[in-house]
Amino acid sequence: MTPNPYLFIVVFAGVALMFPLLPLALAWCWRRFFQPPKPGPDKNAIYECGVESIGDAQIQFRSQYYLYAIIFLIFDVEAIFLVPFAVAFSSLPVGAFIAVLVFLLLLIEGLVWAWGKGCLNWGPSGTGT
Amino acid sequence: MSEGQIDEGLRAELQRQGVWVTSMQELYNWGRKNSIWPLQFGLACCAIEMIATAASRYDIARFGGEVFRPSPRQADLMIVAGTVTKKMAPQIVRLYNQMPDPKYVISMGACAISGGPFKQGYNVLKGIDRYIPVDVYIPGCPPRPEALLHAFMELQRKIDSQKLSGENKADFLKKEQPSEFPVPEFGEHDLNPPANKDVYQPPKLERV
Repeated sequence: MTPNPYLFIVVFAGVALMFPLLPLALAWCWRRFFQPPKPGPDKNAIYECGVESIGDAQIQFRSQYYLYAIIFLIFDVEAIFLVPFAVAFSSLPVGAFIAVLVFLLLLIEGLVWAWGKGCLNWGPSGTGT
Repeated sequence: MSEGQIDEGLRAELQRQGVWVTSMQELYNWGRKNSIWPLQFGLACCAIEMIATAASRYDIARFGGEVFRPSPRQADLMIVAGTVTKKMAPQIVRLYNQMPDPKYVISMGACAISGGPFKQGYNVLKGIDRYIPVDVYIPGCPPRPEALLHAFMELQRKIDSQKLSGENKADFLKKEQPSEFPVPEFGEHDLNPPANKDVYQPPKLERV
């Protein structure tokens, strides 16, 4: 008699769950029965190098290079997909054709947006980044 | 759990038969005394000796203390290695505050103990024990690596003797014992306050 092959996945999942949960439970028990928690303003500070923490850790960062990311997607990643698309164009089913068109449309939308921002202008009068 | 539950003779007899009996307290202390993680933090020339202690010739790894942590959140032991200037003292206290309990402090060298040769300097703290409790003091200028290893072993001995429960349990297990100490501020001429009264009692000179 062979066990169900999916049984191994269940066993693995169980072990994977117990592996982090067991030490956490032990630590919780230790705190509960022996060591009283002693939080404080310094211990809970977000920065830990002896210097006084200023502000909060939950802040929004300015992403400076998102335009490069968008243009990279358009001119590099899109090109990679366009070449096999052009080669296999005649034998593609309708579904795949529409899928690639949607993909192209999403990227063209980015191109239009970047164009509108003035990213495609360069030279003396250019305002591009 | 508390000491004295296992008869020493019985334990020795069982050990001879291949049965190892221990208590939770002993297991706990044995584990943590052999895995003391120091804070990677040097202040002056003593730090060079601390580095030498960590390197292969003296090899603090023999005592389980080679894992120098760059973050106080992961450290058990602060080795105050060097001259503590008044500019640096608040940072040291803050680092100590950020270490999780149980935490220990080794005051390494004459400067960390009392200010050492720079005691008369206008900007030198006259001993880190003015702000944080110190477990082991090592004299020397700077102490040799053997001295730091000796202090490490003394600390291990102290950890081994700490109780988990009962009246005499270790300080860090008591609820009322603080884990953070006030961080001094820069005053006009000195740090404010110049010493933490709860931690530091100045030595009294008695004239007879």
